[in-house]
Order: sequence, then structure tokens, then C-alpha cells
Amino acid sequence: MISLNWVGDYIDIKDQDVHELATKITKAGINVEGVITHHISGLVIGEILSVEDHPDSDHLHVCVVNVGKEKLQIVCGAPNVRKGLKVIVAQVGAILPGNFEIKKSKIRGVESCGMICALFELGFEEKTEENYAKGIHELDDDAPVGEDPVTYLGLDDTLYDLDVHKHRNNDCYYHIGFAYEIACILNRKVTLPSLDFKTVKDKIKFNLEVKTDYCSYYMAREVRNVVIKESPEFIKKRLLAAGMRPINNVVDISNYVMLEFGQPLHFFDKDKLGNKIVVRNAKEKEEIVTLDGKTRILDTNDIVITDGKKPVCIAGVMGGENTEVDDNTKNILIESAIFDAVHIRNTAKKLELPSEASIRYGKGLSYEYTEMASKRACHLLEKYADAEILEGFVVVDHENHDEKKLSFKAEDVNKILGIEISTADMKKELDRLDFPFNEKKGVFEVTIPRRRLDIDANVNDIAEEIGRLYGYNNLVSSLPSVPIRRGEYIGDVKYRKMVSRRLRSLGLTEVKTYTLINPEMAKKFIYEDKEAVVLPNPMSVDKSVVRTSLIASLMNVYEYNKARGIQDVSIYEIAKTYDNKYQETTKICGLMTGSYIHNSWKRDFEVDFYVVKGIIENLLEYMGYQKRYSFVRSDCSDLHPGVQAAIVLDGKKIGIVGKVHPNLTKKDIYVFELDLDSLYGRTSKIKYQESFKYPSIQKDMAFILDKEIEVGDVIKTIQKASDKSLQAIDVFDVYEGENVAALKKSVAFSLTFNGVNHTLTDEEVMVVFNKIIDKVVLTYHAELRDK
Amino acid sequence: MENKRVNEVKEMLQKDLVETDDLKVLDDLRVKYLGKKGLITELNSEIKNVPNEEKKEFGMLVNELRNTFNEYFDKTKEIIDTKILNERLEKEAIDISLPATKIELGAPNILEKVIEEVEEVFMSMGYDVVDGPEIEEDKYNFEMLNIPKGHPARDAQDTFYIEGDEILLRSQTSPVQVRTMLKGEGKIPIRMICPGKTYRRDDDDASHSHQFMQIEGLLVDKDISLSDLKGTMDVLFKRLFGKDVETRFRPSYYQFTEPSVEVDITCVNCHGKGCPVCKHTGWVTVVGAGVVHPNVLRMSGYDPDVWSGFAFGFGAERLAMMKYDINDIRTFYNADLRETCIFDREDEE
Repeated sequence: MISLNWVGDYIDIKDQDVHELATKITKAGINVEGVITHHISGLVIGEILSVEDHPDSDHLHVCVVNVGKEKLQIVCGAPNVRKGLKVIVAQVGAILPGNFEIKKSKIRGVESCGMICALFELGFEEKTEENYAKGIHELDDDAPVGEDPVTYLGLDDTLYDLDVHKHRNNDCYYHIGFAYEIACILNRKVTLPSLDFKTVKDKIKFNLEVKTDYCSYYMAREVRNVVIKESPEFIKKRLLAAGMRPINNVVDISNYVMLEFGQPLHFFDKDKLGNKIVVRNAKEKEEIVTLDGKTRILDTNDIVITDGKKPVCIAGVMGGENTEVDDNTKNILIESAIFDAVHIRNTAKKLELPSEASIRYGKGLSYEYTEMASKRACHLLEKYADAEILEGFVVVDHENHDEKKLSFKAEDVNKILGIEISTADMKKELDRLDFPFNEKKGVFEVTIPRRRLDIDANVNDIAEEIGRLYGYNNLVSSLPSVPIRRGEYIGDVKYRKMVSRRLRSLGLTEVKTYTLINPEMAKKFIYEDKEAVVLPNPMSVDKSVVRTSLIASLMNVYEYNKARGIQDVSIYEIAKTYDNKYQETTKICGLMTGSYIHNSWKRDFEVDFYVVKGIIENLLEYMGYQKRYSFVRSDCSDLHPGVQAAIVLDGKKIGIVGKVHPNLTKKDIYVFELDLDSLYGRTSKIKYQESFKYPSIQKDMAFILDKEIEVGDVIKTIQKASDKSLQAIDVFDVYEGENVAALKKSVAFSLTFNGVNHTLTDEEVMVVFNKIIDKVVLTYHAELRDK
Repeated sequence: MENKRVNEVKEMLQKDLVETDDLKVLDDLRVKYLGKKGLITELNSEIKNVPNEEKKEFGMLVNELRNTFNEYFDKTKEIIDTKILNERLEKEAIDISLPATKIELGAPNILEKVIEEVEEVFMSMGYDVVDGPEIEEDKYNFEMLNIPKGHPARDAQDTFYIEGDEILLRSQTSPVQVRTMLKGEGKIPIRMICPGKTYRRDDDDASHSHQFMQIEGLLVDKDISLSDLKGTMDVLFKRLFGKDVETRFRPSYYQFTEPSVEVDITCVNCHGKGCPVCKHTGWVTVVGAGVVHPNVLRMSGYDPDVWSGFAFGFGAERLAMMKYDINDIRTFYNADLRETCIFDREDEE
């Protein structure tokens, strides 16, 4: 929260409309999320000249109120209304919180021109029964009639609620830093507050050692004989506005300076501390009781302030109870230091102690302000706590004092932004930013102010500063001057799109599920020899394993749909999977159940193993793998043992297809999964092939075979026994039951023969055909049933 | 004698050739006259027995009879065929109002549909579509994007680490940009987008998801400016949401771009008039973008004195939610097939 009254100490913004200013600031990059204003127009201090009972009510009064320019008749119901009282009057036209507009009205027949207000009605107090019972607010007798009561009460502040990007939250979360931001937007200058103080004759004698790499700056000053009391009103009001509770003048001053300069300070009770400070890394398991009375256990990543023996403060995070400033404190040691941002952030996170101070350390600090803050604290302690300040200070300073400098030309900035700013205008822009610079022959040498920790010495940074002040609204759209070409899908993206298109056209709908699954799911449908990655710190056990297969996820989608009464599910997903060696495999997974082609009044065409097999074959052929794949028996334990197969391409297993095991579901659900990476571009180009010119001859045959003989094997035998004239083999009947002996089946084949360069004669075909029959009969002890 | 026979047959014909719609009657007639022992056939075979001088006349008479019959036969046959066909067609008529057989094609996932639209816009402007690993090294996900270890920018992307602080589930798709630049070895211009899954430690609710689809893009070439980014964003959003959609830039901050901007577009819900969706501003923020930070270019082997570029990123979910008025991000990951099947169609421009 930034208080505009407070910012007004450093930059003149009295002429600014607070809402317009907020818009300007937001446009320049710091998002003012809320403007909380206490100003209400139409309020005036009035004096009640007379009070009479309302003729038509037993609790209303008719008052005449002098508001300076005129006398108003107002009907008022408050019990404490009385003659001579100074009150807050909302005149006709005033808009009170809740968008409540004051209008001229008649209350039970009596004209009323305004409203006498309670503080809660103006939003300055909470709407409680207690506040309600107090009635209208009674101002002091010397309140000036006709003036603005909010100003008179000192409540006329406006607060900005900021949402600052991370890089600017070191300089925009304190009032002086924010004043600089307003200064560059309005092109005005900042005046820093007074750092002056008198010193007593005694010189500080103090032993300071820094024995860690994580404290780059440590300054200590000493003050004596402070008088602990309540803070002055303005400090209390400002701290409250910023969301901090006032405690006493000394504690409040340390907070006040932090909100001014962004530099957290720590005050030690000097008498409890002694004469020595050693800053070092904490020891393993070192303990300290912090201000809140809790014992904290530290490790070597934490930084501590010690008195040479024991910790007295967790650096940047919280002070120790043993050196706490209390009501009896007389002498104070003021610490103003810079600790390593990452270490402070980690310690605050680990101890769960995020405070205004630790947050600020965690964002980084500028040593210039560290020093100024120390002086400013002395100034305020002298003024508001009657402190006597010892001469001098002790400091350990490892900060880099080199200035951040940068050379560039106006055109460098123009090139980045795509705008045209002249050298002359560039000077104005840098002036406005309050960045010191020299310019020679169009080359600028700029010194980056230390308060702007976010700015590196590169021209893009300057372009950003110039750009945001110039206004991105003023950019003119252009397109990059680059050669014309059409982009492409690269690598696996291309194949993913191909497969996706095909599966969609085969009736499967694409789904997307989560990569992280629970261990139960991860155990299901295992068909490969893979170990899964298990997250060391998952958010929940439900999302703790990186899946190696998508089948379990698709089963969930099926369940989700089944629960919604959807019976027919044909879905697929293509996603990356990983094993515990981080080997990536992109998988194509499908799940099909219910009807494939739907017509209930005729007959649905239901999904079965052969439909899914057909989908896979179609996909493989589409990808160009004709005659290179086969299906062989497999043994995935979550699939039906007799209804599953491994998919083999060029002799390598690339996936699985089967029916989900009846132990897992009562429904007939078929799943498949394929390794997409195995389908990458190993195919040849399409070649035109002329079809046969000569008529074909078709021959049928049927065998009685042992039931367990696989028809696929018989087909292979037929192919081997034949010559080139055999063009196609079709299975047109598979039959078990009546007329076929037990444990036998009848299978009928239809063979198509075609001559390559002449019309085949029946005799020619019969030679081959008989050879095939003999081979099948011999190989499988088959009985020829028909031909 | 023979002519008499001809006249008898002729008379018979005249009596027999009546209209009929009975195929059997017609066929019987054919047998009677033109069958093997048919009357006309018999007369025909008599020709050879007729004296030569009468042969011609007799032949003509017989022929006449044959023609008469054939004419009758063809005409009647056609009538009967038509009748039979009509009967059949009538019988075959179906109730066309019965429900159709559903031949259903699959629908794309809604996010993929939106992503493909974005891909199409960028591919038409010469951007390749590239993908990369989802299990990433810290180096590519953070360090080479100007986010060193300990940097506060990492806090905002609360990351799923897998192995120490080196291996993680990518929290953004930017590592694909880094990998693409490294492949370019500082020599070739780059135009690419990389839509893909990303992961952050967010609790899933209507507007948060621990897994989401990011679409990031990168252009590295010579003399590329922030204005070029503005023009590119204009093209994208006009194509996605219509010609009247405007874009505006607001200053922002990202580690890997400098200057950085947030891109707002005209609120699609109210066309910029102001509504609860845009918090009555008329604008919604959709993209984070900026000029590629010189450190990022340098780390990936591109000399920032020679090369420049812009990068941008946005969430596919947010885009899809805006485009299709969806208000729960989980919709994309819990596919209710009744909801998704309507996305299997071309969308109106």
C-alpha cells in the first residue's frame, strides 16, 4: 500500500487527480490495482443553530445548520443531535460510500437539504452496532465551519494498492522509490527527506565483524537515552494506512524508515547486546528464541547476528528475544544492513516467517539507501524519541561501488522499439528518468541510478524504460521483414498430426488426460519392461507418478462417461510418456466399446477385437507399412488372456491390443497402444501400379482344422505353397458346432488367382490350387471339406 | 390351300392378340405362335413346300403374321414389365423418416482444435511448429532463459522437480525455444511456435490446472522490433477472433524478454463495451511477450549485436475458454463425449 499523502512529502502531486494519476502509472507499467480514496466531495463542517422536534415523528428532529455560505434545514434522527454542536454535513449532491447520493427530499412532509453524518456512514469507521449507537459524529468546538471535515480530521489520504512485477518490487514498494516512479511519469523532481541530526560528544565504540559471504554491507549507529512513548499522529496514521500496527515511537520509526527507503532496520537494546557484533552463518542446529517467543532451530544456510557468543537475531528475518527493545530500553544500536537475497528468502520460507522486512531483503537492496536509512532513523529518533546520537558509525562494506554505465545511440533504442526518437528527444527522456548522462556526437553515456536494481547495463533495459514512458499505445504495428515461406510441422509433430487425423476419420474422438497419475493406475496395463518416474515431492498421491502408458487414463475417461450414461466410447490420445531413465516415448492409445456404427432399430455394429484390429491395420497401412506388420499372442495381465495381441512391425514389438480383463470391468472394452516413434518415416513413396488386365479366377476351399490352429498361420502356409498367381486370400467362413467334430473348426478360404502376362487357364490354376490343399492338409492334419 | 391356312392363323391372331397384363398369357401366346411347334413357325416351315411361283407371296404373308405378333409381343411385354417394376418399387419404398445409421467421425480435443487454428495462422506466416521434451533439464527450463538458480522468478512457476534441482517437468514451453536456437548455432534465422504441455504446482479448480497447454513462439532475425511483435499479434487475434478485434500492449516484465509487454485484446464477450468478463475495461490480457533479452540470445549462441527477435506465450486453455465460452478449465481434461462431439466440424470464420 502506498499512501499519497506520504508520497507527497517527496514530490508535489497536489494538482493530480488520484484516479487519472493511477491510470498514468498503470500505463507506464506499475499496476495500480486499487485506488482507495477517503475524499468525499460535498462534505462540510456545520454548526447546529437550532433543533426542533419533527411535527410528525417522535424521534426525528428538524435542525437548522450553518455551513458557512448558507443555512440548511436538515431532518436528523440521531439521539445526540443538539444545538451548538459542530457536525459533518453531507450536502445535496454528495455521494457517500455505497454510491448513496444525498438528494433534497421531504421526510414525513418536512423538507431536508442534506444529512448530518456519523463516521461509519462515510466509511471511516466500521458499521458496528456500537458505532451506530454513538449517533452523529461530534467535532471539536473549534472546528472551522464551512471547511472540509475530512481534511480537518486528517483522514483525506488516498491509498494505492499496487500489483508490481517482480523486477520492480524492490523500488516501488517504498514511498521514495514510488515517488521516483511518479516523477518520471509526470516529469517532476523528487526531494529527499531530512537526514540531519546533532551528535553528542561521545564517539561510537563498537566491535563489528562480518564472517560470512552473505552480508555485503553492515552499518551500525548508536543512540542513547531514548524516551519510549506513543508515536506522533502522522506516523501512526501512515503506518496504519500501510497496514502496520503502531507500537511505540521507537519500533514505529524503524518501520517508518523501512516504508520510506525500503531498507529494513533492526534496533537492538544496546545494554542487552553488549559491545560486539559478529555476523556469521548459523551453526547446524543452533537455536535462538525469536521476538515472538518461539525457539527456532537453524542450519548453516541461515545468517545470524551474534554478540560474539550467541545469536541475537536471525539476519533479515526476525530479532532475538534476548536483545529486544522494550519499555525500559534506553540505548539502541541501529542495524542497517544488506544480506544475500536468496539466503534470506530461503530462511524466511523455511521458518515460515515472511515479514515486511524479510520480503524486502529477499528482493535486494541498494546500499545508498541502506546508509541514508540509518541517518534517517537517527533524525527521527532525535525528533520523536529525544534520542542522543553518538558520533560516527561502524561499517563493513563489501558492496561494489562501481557505477553501472552504458553507452548507446538513440537509433539503438529506436531499432528495438520500432519507433523514431531523435537524439534531442532522447535527452529529454533520460532527464525525465533522472538517469545522469553525457552525450557526445549522438552517443549517450548513461549512469544507472543505484535505486534501480532491476536495470542491467544493456540497451534493451533503456529501451524498456523509454518505451513504457513513450507509451506502447503509440507503437505502429508492422510485420517483420522476413522471407516468405510456409511453416511446417517438424519431427514428431508431423506424425502426431497424421495419426490424429486418421484416427478421427476412423471414428475415434481425441481426449487429453493428465501425465501425472496415481500409483494404482500406474500399476495397470503393464506390457513393457519399464520403471516409472515417481515424483519426490508430489502435490498429492493422485498426481505422483509420470505415466508410462496411457491406457489407465483412457479407462478413467471411459468411467467418467459411463457414469454419465454414455455407452459408446471410441477415444484416443497421443501423448509423451517417460520411463525412469527419462527415455521419452510418444504413445498412441485408443479405447473402444459399445457400438461402432450405431442404429438401434436395425442393429448396432458392435466393437469387437477385429474392429480394433482393423483400426490398427488401417492406421499402419495409412502410414505406409503394408505387409510389414503382424499380430502375435501376448500376455498383459490386465487384458483378457485369450483376446490380446502384441503388434509387431518389421519384427519389433510396437504395441498391444486386447480386451480389458473381465476382472477389471463387466463391459466389453477394447484398448490398444502403439509407439508413435516407431512409425516415423520408414516408408517408401507411393508408386502407381497398374491393375491386372487379365480376368481372375476364384477358387474356394474349406478345411476341418484343430480348434487351436490359428488361421493366420494357415494363411501363411497357403502363401508359401502358392506361386505369384495367387493375388488374394479371404476367409469367408469360420464355423464350429453341428456337423463339425468337437475341438475342431471349419474354415473356408476364397483364393483369387490372376495371370501376370496372360489369361490363366483352369488347369494352370488347379495345379497350384491342389498343391496348396496338399500342403495345408499335410501341415495341419487338416481334412479337406469342400472345394 | 396354304393361303387358307394363313388366313386361319391370321384370324386366330386377331382374336388372340388382346390386351393383357399377365406375363403367363403372353408367354403362352408366344409358344402358340412362335414356339417350336407354333402356328407361325409351322407356316414358316411350309414355305419350302409351296410351289415356286407362290413362294414369294406366301413368304410375305407369313412374315406379316410374324411381324404383327412381334409388334404385339414387344408392346405388351413393355407394359407388363413396367407394371411389374412399379409394383416392385412400390413394395421397396421405405419410411425415410426413420432414424439414420450414425456414421460418426471422431472429434478433436477442444484444445487441439484451438491450437491447430493458431498453428495455421503462424504456419501461414512461416513459423514451424516444433515440440520438445516434457521432462526437462533446469538448464533449458530456467538458466538459459536468464533465470538463474535462486531467482525469485522461479517462485511464480512453482515447479515439479524430479531429480534434485536439475530435472523437472517443464513449467513452460520456452525450453523448446532454447533448444531450437542451440540447433541454429547462431547462424540461421528462427521462426517457430511450440505448443505443448506444461506443469506447475497448482491445485486444480475451475480456473487452475496443474497441467496446461502453452503456446509459445519465437522469431529471431535481423532488425526485429517491438512494433513487429505488435503487428504479428494483430494478425493472430484478428484471424482467431475476427477483424474488429484490436490489440494493445502494456508494460510488463519477464526475465527472458526486454522490453516485456502484456498483450490485451478487445474483450470477445462484450466487443470492448465492458462486461464482467473484462472487469468492465473492454480488454482482456491474453499474451505475455517481448523483445528477446540479449542474455538469452547470447546464451543460445546468437550474437545480440547481430540478431534480434521477439518471443510470446499464451495459454491454449484461456484462448479456448474465451472462444467457446467455457468457464471450467477441467472441461478439457474430463472429456464428456456429448460435449466434445460437436467440435467435429468446421468453425465459422
